[in-house]
Amino acid sequence: MERRFASIWFRHLSTDRMAIRQPELREVPFVMATPVHGRMVVSAANILAESQGVSAGMVVADAKAFLPGLEVIDDQPAWTGKLLRSLGLWCIRYTPVVAVDPPDGLLLDISGCAHLWKGERAYLTDIVSRLRNRGYDVRMAIAPTVGTAWAVARFGKKGPIVEGGGEREALMHLPPLALRLESTVQERMHKLGMRTVGSFMGMPRAALRRRFGDQLLLRLRQALGQEDEYLLPLKPVPPYTERLPSLEPIRTAAGIEIALRQLLETLCERLSGEGKGLRTAILKCCRIDGRTVQIGIGTSRATASVSHIFNLFALKISQIEPALGIELFILEAPRIEDIDPVQEALWETAPGLSSPELAELLDRLTGKGTGCTVHRYLPDAHHWPERSIRPAVSLSEKPPIPWTDDRPRPTRLLASPEPIDVTAPIPDYPPMLFRYRGEVHSIKKAEGPERIEREWWVDSGEHRDYYYVEDHKGQRYWIFRSGHYGDDRARQWFLHGFFA
Amino acid sequence: MAVDSKRELIDKLRQDILRMQGFAPPESRAAGGIGLGPVENAFPNGIFPRGTVHEFISTSREQGAATCGFIEGLLSRLMDGGGVCLWIGTSTILFPPAAKSFGVEPDRIVFVTMRREREVLWATEEALKCKGLAAVVSELQEMDFAQSRRLQLAVEKSKVTGLVIRHSPRLIGSTACAARWQIRPLPSALEEGLPGVGSPQWEVELLKVRNGHTGSWQVGWSEDGFVPMAKPTLVGTQDKKWIKTG
Repeated sequence: MERRFASIWFRHLSTDRMAIRQPELREVPFVMATPVHGRMVVSAANILAESQGVSAGMVVADAKAFLPGLEVIDDQPAWTGKLLRSLGLWCIRYTPVVAVDPPDGLLLDISGCAHLWKGERAYLTDIVSRLRNRGYDVRMAIAPTVGTAWAVARFGKKGPIVEGGGEREALMHLPPLALRLESTVQERMHKLGMRTVGSFMGMPRAALRRRFGDQLLLRLRQALGQEDEYLLPLKPVPPYTERLPSLEPIRTAAGIEIALRQLLETLCERLSGEGKGLRTAILKCCRIDGRTVQIGIGTSRATASVSHIFNLFALKISQIEPALGIELFILEAPRIEDIDPVQEALWETAPGLSSPELAELLDRLTGKGTGCTVHRYLPDAHHWPERSIRPAVSLSEKPPIPWTDDRPRPTRLLASPEPIDVTAPIPDYPPMLFRYRGEVHSIKKAEGPERIEREWWVDSGEHRDYYYVEDHKGQRYWIFRSGHYGDDRARQWFLHGFFA
Repeated sequence: MAVDSKRELIDKLRQDILRMQGFAPPESRAAGGIGLGPVENAFPNGIFPRGTVHEFISTSREQGAATCGFIEGLLSRLMDGGGVCLWIGTSTILFPPAAKSFGVEPDRIVFVTMRREREVLWATEEALKCKGLAAVVSELQEMDFAQSRRLQLAVEKSKVTGLVIRHSPRLIGSTACAARWQIRPLPSALEEGLPGVGSPQWEVELLKVRNGHTGSWQVGWSEDGFVPMAKPTLVGTQDKKWIKTG
């Protein structure tokens, strides 16, 4: 595909921003100023001020001398950077690859995008008129290379669109400034009388390199398309993305559902064709007030089922605030996995962990976003009770070691052992009675001790001697003594679990 | 003769009513009982009803543990052949390795933890609608009639068995559940003269059974399954037999 790039130049970015925020400033000449070596220097001037001879780099006192009514506002360069970034994000509706070009421009990779607006001219007019309506003074150009687009946007006089192969001609009459060169190189060229790019374009490369360095040749080759130039996109483009611009702004849940279903059908068709399924998906809604709202879902196994993904999104559609209306829907699938083909069961068996219904149910439960957690436990190679199980990573993970039931283990295990008071004969007999939460249990039957050593390579502390005991009412408990007798610790006995 | 035919007619009508109420005669796969012996006779058709909601009341932590053990015993039959069980609650106190001693593969239990009780009910209802499960266990405190009715309606379509454990409920009103159980721990069974603690024993009480009769039995657990004692320790009186309690 032929590569096409667009460059947008905001001629008065910082002053436009002020004028948008304070409309009364549109009628008066004003400048933005920053302190440089103790003097206030003009960093940007609006059109009215510029027409009266004020330009960037001038000292504010000088400007005020011949233009006494000049308004001076402190410049905040950080805000301009933020504004440029947000404008770049807004431009994502026109192409997925948008790069910021500081201090006052944007670069767009529009390869294969313009036909959606019925041609490059309409595409360019749409962007420029929308930005102008918002109050920004912009120039824009479309060219086969980044360098040419940049140059034509700023210095071009003939027309904003450069066709493929026309780079050389377009650049010919532009000043060397149009090549994005360092200021020292520019000054040297100026001294040598090279006023247009055309004047040195035909010179031998070696001569140019010797006098002006590699930078010039690189920029020239990039502008002419002899060397590739890459943009750093503001947002990395996920490989599985579907976009749906809407003719009229959409404001209703029903409209969002229709758009979502349409996007899902195209995406899922593509996914299932490639034998893949998605694990996460994000629906981004670009509103006409320039903001983007998004909702996301995750699935516990790769899926390409439209109805399932739609149901997950349906739980969250109410979170979208359409405000004045949504003009573009983008569906992204950042996480993609290979899908296991589902085999028809030959005979009816009990549904297992691999059943799609279970996965879809768990997605629904976790997808509601109410703090629901799903766990499945596998045995772990530890004797210490708290560490004898670990959460499984996925639904399909198999236990690495078999479950054991050779030792008594309680059905309910307290999260942290609770201290109890006991009467126990020494050295290591089970207690005769214990008091737990104010109630005295006299022990009738007991098993133990089962000594479980602490794993010194994991943590330090005392070992535990566990007893499985049954009281006079037939209630069964798991209690333990921490460490040996002898040291003067008051609390040594704990209740850790309840047996069935 | 006339009396006999009348009795036959009444029996037949009762069967029809049961069928209309969702107590269909068991399908071939679920033909096996649950191994509870005499306890199962308390249910209509003499079979533990699957595909309905059962309610378990526990009033102390010890009873809660006994109930969990009993339910794990039930699950070992319900999850026969690779089924999966969902265990829903506000916290996970259940210790999975113990399920192994009741014949359940602990990794086939999926634990779902919700923040509030209302969400537990919602999750339970969603889970009961899902055909891919063998059983759903849910730990709650309160459940009113309307909520239990919703759960019952969900299982009638999906034929999943729902087991609701209610820990120290403040109010035990009537619910739409097929049965209300209470499990209390009893001293373990041990052969005379042997040391240690034997296999668990419970007093299994059926407080309410829809279209069945209530009673109380002593049930133990061995490696092969439930070991019911032959005689019920407390039988519901005959005239109470057909009281509709749901």
